[in-house]
Amino acid sequence: MQSKLNLNRELVDKARASAAHIAADTQSFIDVHTTVTVERAVCRLLGIDGVNEMDVPLPNVVVDHMFERGVLAGGAAYYIGNAIAETGKDPQAIAEAVDKGEIDLTKLPAHSISEIRDAIMPVAEATVARIRSNVATRNAYLSEFGDKKGPYLYIIVATGNIYEDIVQAKAGAKQGADIIAVIRTTGQSLLDYVPYGATTEGFGGTYATQENFRLMRAALDEVGKEEKRYIRLCNYCSGLCMPEIAAMGALERLDVMLNDALYGILFRDINPQRTIIDQYFSRVINSFAGVIINTGEDNYLTTADAVEEAHTVLASQFLNEQFAVCAGMPEEQMGLGHAFEISPDVENGFLYELAQAQMAREIFPKAPLKYMPPTKFMTGNIFRGHVQDALFNMVTIMTGQKLHLLGMLTEAIHTPFMSDRALSIENAQYVFRTMQDLGSELVFKDGGIMQTRANEVLTKATDLLGEMEDIGLFGTLERGTFADIKRSRDGGKGLAGVVQKDDCYFNPFIELMKGDK
Amino acid sequence: MSSGLYNTHKADFDKTLDLTKLKPYGDTMNDGKVQMSFTLPVKNDDKGTEAARILAKKMGLMEPSVAFNQSLDAEYTFYVVYGSCSHTVDYTEIHVQAVETTTMEMEECNEYIREHIGRKIVIVGASTGTDAHTVGIDAIMNRKGFAGHYGLERYEMIEAYNLGAQVPNEEFVKKAVELNADVLLVSQTVTQKDVHIQNLTELIELLEAEGVRDRFIVICGGARITHELAKELGYDAGFGPQKYADDVASFAVEEMVKRGMGK
Repeated sequence: MQSKLNLNRELVDKARASAAHIAADTQSFIDVHTTVTVERAVCRLLGIDGVNEMDVPLPNVVVDHMFERGVLAGGAAYYIGNAIAETGKDPQAIAEAVDKGEIDLTKLPAHSISEIRDAIMPVAEATVARIRSNVATRNAYLSEFGDKKGPYLYIIVATGNIYEDIVQAKAGAKQGADIIAVIRTTGQSLLDYVPYGATTEGFGGTYATQENFRLMRAALDEVGKEEKRYIRLCNYCSGLCMPEIAAMGALERLDVMLNDALYGILFRDINPQRTIIDQYFSRVINSFAGVIINTGEDNYLTTADAVEEAHTVLASQFLNEQFAVCAGMPEEQMGLGHAFEISPDVENGFLYELAQAQMAREIFPKAPLKYMPPTKFMTGNIFRGHVQDALFNMVTIMTGQKLHLLGMLTEAIHTPFMSDRALSIENAQYVFRTMQDLGSELVFKDGGIMQTRANEVLTKATDLLGEMEDIGLFGTLERGTFADIKRSRDGGKGLAGVVQKDDCYFNPFIELMKGDK
Repeated sequence: MSSGLYNTHKADFDKTLDLTKLKPYGDTMNDGKVQMSFTLPVKNDDKGTEAARILAKKMGLMEPSVAFNQSLDAEYTFYVVYGSCSHTVDYTEIHVQAVETTTMEMEECNEYIREHIGRKIVIVGASTGTDAHTVGIDAIMNRKGFAGHYGLERYEMIEAYNLGAQVPNEEFVKKAVELNADVLLVSQTVTQKDVHIQNLTELIELLEAEGVRDRFIVICGGARITHELAKELGYDAGFGPQKYADDVASFAVEEMVKRGMGK
């Protein structure tokens, strides 16, 4: 790819090195801690599922049992493995027995580490094999139908009812959507458990449950076969159950996951320590399962100014890239986020958008960048809104954005009607067709508005990352650098669920999925 | 669609404006022209188009014409329909409850507070209940503000506390009492299935149950909020789209003075 922006590569290298340093520093904290949801995810991957009579998910029953007895530091794998070695039961039967009060995991005779590993590793390997076969199924579909060359059209469904979502998703897929994201019900990110079964009641979205994942996956495979395209399924691996959602997604062959601790910290007031630990395991799972992650930088611009704060988006993309590297994720799965959110009143605003999108493309050349449509300046004037979305579509096709979230003309009014989605897809397809090779035909003027803008943003991002190296990630969040929002390391939701690992702790899935010990 | 591009019909209706019989305006007074679009869950054929036309007639549109029809899925079709509205409205009889204040700019507002209240006022805001959206409350409270209107955090005479999103009503009230708030701002963005009504009602009930309703000026806001709705739910005011921090601040400080919360 020929550079249009004449970016200062030394600054790019410097920014990336700073981000790597910040991520490594944070990773040394992550490595010695675990959380309740990390352990519940381990339980789920060991095959523990279902709810008890009180509707409490069994992974919560087991982890609460350990937490209350003060042994979570040892990890679920250790205690479940010990119980298998002792009783010969499978993890599900053990969880049910714990629920009934028939087994106290801390009172069973302790087996040796090697006996425990012999008991647990075959179970873990079987799950890993299932996820591997999901990856193979996806690849088989992609080689049968071929994968889309240009931007993936990404739409959301959000009816609250999984069966209604399926109707809308299938219609969207037939109209041309490549990725269907099922928006979660308002508030699910703050639940410290994952609801169970198929659900039909949600506000502004539908509960993420493993059964809902399965139902939607089956529906999209069906419509994909008719359309001879592989339709990707996306959900939200964020909030207090990050790694559990990743585990469920890996088991049910989701393809794309929102997965960004910084987003949860800033916009859901989730405790920074908790969610950064959760993020690591969730990214290990997503990496292994071939899931493209989306990061949430675009959201910064919904609260902070898109012109003045553009460098915070870039700085955060560098950080998210390095955290993903720590989890073993290939660049091809890093859907780093940004957005088209400059006010329509800004003169040459489109030039800035184009410059910034091109900048992200040149700095993260292999990443399937996620580009978000205008939302902040969508007013209810659907006619102007449709034009704003057309400009946004132009930037995507000219700069090779990959995960293209379709803008809706009715943004800020209601969750999309079926017809809104159709109009939006038609708009994008028209722009993509008629301007397909415009990007490669154009060069940007040397020293012009766009080159100057991109280098300015890069310089500020590099400076910011340099400052962050001194105060670390948590210190930066306390300063309100991102999205103008301040978050303290001991504030927010979920800190109580963080524990320091003890010496016998092990997580078989990190070993198997990352392939290291 | 070749006909109707140039209207050569002789208009056989009165073309003078009569506010007691108000009608939509297309390009001629009282032509009643309306455009709308909707989807019907049927396949795209002549029968579907006729269904759309009949439906428009039932909505009171005369001479409805289906300008555009397109399949969204095998059994769903999108229609764009034009027609002339047969209904009228008596404009002279309408009374709307609007927030009656003149909007002061930030400095005027600060001066007003100094002069009439004589101390910094405390405003506590949040997006309450399960609502995860901070966009509304941020537009009003964040320092930068929105669309050129500075947010309340920038007002020298206002101590602004933005509690963020998903704040339970109980916690919101507790915090308001703790901070000795003068004004409470509640933002509601998600309105699906009227969840905002339920939540807004709950807050007022809670304030009343705690016996603190009269201590605060209580204001709600959001894309689907009107002043009328707010009053109905027991709020002092409601602010919808195109309202900014200065509108909210001006109302709040004048209302405080009216209620004798001033000097």
